[in-house]
Amino acid sequence: MPLHFELVTPAKLVRSEEVHMVVVPGTEGEFGVLEGHAPFMSTIRDGAVQVFRTEGATPELIQVRGGFAEVGDKGLTVLAEHVED
Amino acid sequence: MASLKELKGRINSVKSTRKITKAKQMVAAAKLRKAQAAAESARAYAERLAGVMASLSGKVAGQANAPLLMRGTGADNRHLLVVANSDKGLAGAFNSNIVRAALLKAHELEAAGNSVEFYLIGRKGRPVIRRAFPEQITAQFDTSEIRNPGFAEAERIADELVAMYEAGRFDVAHLFFSRFRSALVQEPTVQQIIPVPAPTVAPVAGSADAVVEYEPGEEEILAELLPRYLKTRIFGALLENAASEQGASMTAMDNATRNAGDLINSLTIQYNRSRQAAITTELIEIIAGAEAL
Repeated sequence: MPLHFELVTPAKLVRSEEVHMVVVPGTEGEFGVLEGHAPFMSTIRDGAVQVFRTEGATPELIQVRGGFAEVGDKGLTVLAEHVED
Repeated sequence: MASLKELKGRINSVKSTRKITKAKQMVAAAKLRKAQAAAESARAYAERLAGVMASLSGKVAGQANAPLLMRGTGADNRHLLVVANSDKGLAGAFNSNIVRAALLKAHELEAAGNSVEFYLIGRKGRPVIRRAFPEQITAQFDTSEIRNPGFAEAERIADELVAMYEAGRFDVAHLFFSRFRSALVQEPTVQQIIPVPAPTVAPVAGSADAVVEYEPGEEEILAELLPRYLKTRIFGALLENAASEQGASMTAMDNATRNAGDLINSLTIQYNRSRQAAITTELIEIIAGAEAL
């Protein structure tokens, strides 16, 4: 089952796609989000969000600063002030 | 009656004015499209953040330990009016409408016994506000070097405001900008930005009934999110303002171009009439001279 992942900055919607898993650097430690994760909100420390497109694939790293993650039944939304592509 | 040469001169000068207004109109139309697109793409972030804020603030609001930005200083005597203007003219009543709304509010607040200070964004509103409130312009944010308002500017403005707020310089801040309705309609709008009012949008779907886990706690997240929410609000206002400016400019320049066209037509008619009158007079003189022989 894919996870719907959105990465949004004030300037634009950076990503909106179906992925396998995303590992987010939360302020209290990294956490991985798979499909069906319980509702969850966390602030993010500056660092890399790892996006696994498929199981076991090499993760794609996206550097974010000033972020916030929210997991709802629609999937994972990461709000970040700055994203370095 | 103006001489033929004078009329010719006027026609030429109005023609070159029309060229300028026409060019400015087309520039504004192109920039408007860009500004609208920018405002559009900023909406996603603002909406999501507002949703999160709404569901969080509902839980924390009213508690004594809510963050300072949310519960306020407990007083509302000192008001800061943040007025967002542009740096350029040629936009019809765009700037003066915003300034008028701000001055109106300022007089109203002063009449109610509050003190008022101004924080200006952009350069155009300054002279008018300085005439009415010479001592009360606290700070000005210079945007003359900035072509398109970006999040970085909103961040700097928000940081400055929060620093002033935390230093106890004011109790309530209002933001004045122009909301973009269409190229023809821009509404001068006032929003209270500090203390942050709870967003009125429906909480994010799914978080209403389901138990949401917070990491760290709700209050910590809220404290972290409030300044960010403020930045987003200011950023949104800057973008709306930019779009409104271009819209107002486009409309004003369209009118100016049309007026110049009308003026050219009437001047040309006047010019042709006087030219014909001159020719007729000359002919009469020649005929009269020939008859006299």
